[in-house]
Amino acid sequence: MLAILRGIWSNLRSLVIIFAHLWRHKDTIEYPEVKPYLPPRYRGRIVLTRDPDGQERCVACNLCAVACPVGCIALQKTETEDGRWYPEFFRINFSRCIFCGLCEEACPTNAIQLTPDFEMCEYDRQNLVYEKEHLLISGTGKYPDYNFYRVAGMSIAGKPKGTAEHEALPVDVKSLLP
Amino acid sequence: MSGLLHWLGSPGVLPVLVGIGKAITLLLGVVLTGALLIWVERRLLGLWQDRWGPNRVGPLGLGQVVADMVKIFFKEDWTPSFVDRPVFVLAPCIALSVMMLGFAIVPVVPGWQVADLNIGILFFLAIASLGVYAVMLGGWASNNKYSLLGGLRSAAQMITYEVFMGLAVMGVVVQVGSFKLGDIVAAQANGWFVLPQFLGFLLFALAGVAATHRAPFDLPEAEQELAAGFHTEYSGMKFGMFFVGEYVGVVVVSALLTTLYFGGWQGPWLPPIVWFALKTGAFIVLFILLRAALPRPRYDQLMDGGWKVCLPLALINLLVTAAVILARQPV
Repeated sequence: MLAILRGIWSNLRSLVIIFAHLWRHKDTIEYPEVKPYLPPRYRGRIVLTRDPDGQERCVACNLCAVACPVGCIALQKTETEDGRWYPEFFRINFSRCIFCGLCEEACPTNAIQLTPDFEMCEYDRQNLVYEKEHLLISGTGKYPDYNFYRVAGMSIAGKPKGTAEHEALPVDVKSLLP
Repeated sequence: MSGLLHWLGSPGVLPVLVGIGKAITLLLGVVLTGALLIWVERRLLGLWQDRWGPNRVGPLGLGQVVADMVKIFFKEDWTPSFVDRPVFVLAPCIALSVMMLGFAIVPVVPGWQVADLNIGILFFLAIASLGVYAVMLGGWASNNKYSLLGGLRSAAQMITYEVFMGLAVMGVVVQVGSFKLGDIVAAQANGWFVLPQFLGFLLFALAGVAATHRAPFDLPEAEQELAAGFHTEYSGMKFGMFFVGEYVGVVVVSALLTTLYFGGWQGPWLPPIVWFALKTGAFIVLFILLRAALPRPRYDQLMDGGWKVCLPLALINLLVTAAVILARQPV
């Protein structure tokens, strides 16, 4: 008898408690009006950045396309007259992209970067294929001071080997002969 | 045309037409309330689970009702090849029509009642018992072991709960001396029956929840154990009829609780229809609250509770009521 009364009491109590939840704070974040916080390292929409001089950072080395586990990156290398490499086209199919960030890790020039933006829905799947004009931004992204051609030993027109920052002139191996 | 007008003008036709109009209005009202409950339930469950529920479509999310109905009307209505086709089609029709028939005896406001039967309560009990055929036939015709289990559970649950549902409501009938719901409402002018018949009210409410297969007595569907039980194989509008039938059942049982124990449309200041709607709405909210708060009992606990606790209590309630009535009677 006591157990039955206790059971009835317990059920009534849970009814009251659940009813009181009517006035509780709601956990729902009402998305389009309230944007969720995205941390700076959030892996969202992929961009191609420029170096501080405003030149394209991408040197079309293809490492991102190789690293990409779903194969959603396609690009073609070409060259400017002064010897800089750059992609003729650069295409990311975002309907395949899984936003894993491996392309960003693979990039030797910090060109390809993932940004905290996920609002890229489309009604037409074709519109999810982004070309270079859509990917390329005018800023430097996460690395404001990095300029690949100024620190790397690549020789381009106007900058022979060994003249980059923190770089010594190449050693003439023949002069080291005993 | 003139013949039609002549016929319309003849005595006795107009009351019939008015009666039909009232019946159709009530029917539409019940079905629309049932459809609206889709939204009410989702909203309330959401609020009680610290969410908002559907609040995007239209004002307060009310457009969700229309969206859900449009969806269910245009869904593919697929009949699996292994089912017993005629019975499979018949079952959802029974589910919806029977519950709507049940509303016929409820006096909404004075003069607005589809049928003031002199066996009103008995009619409802008979109709509620017919409701089990929908679930049983649906479970059987689906040719699916989970559906069959759901159907079996439903049959046993119905037998258990119909018995003491009838006995619980007899307390009211004994006090009034009539099965007519109009008389029962009139007899509550000086006090609602919920006070003298509190035990009967509790038992009837319990049996009402069980009769509509609502949680916590939703063993025939039991999403977790039986994969939706008797309506596993149903889709499209056939499933929709089961679905709306359940909500109409909620409305009917709430309306009956109001009528039998809370004075029906009676109340001060406000017009009768408002009182009726308020009381019925409160019971509908209680139905949803039960679903939000309580876990489903085990099958044997359900049977135990029905036969060993509720049936004796209903009998005691009836006996005590009868004894009091007898003792008060002038010799």
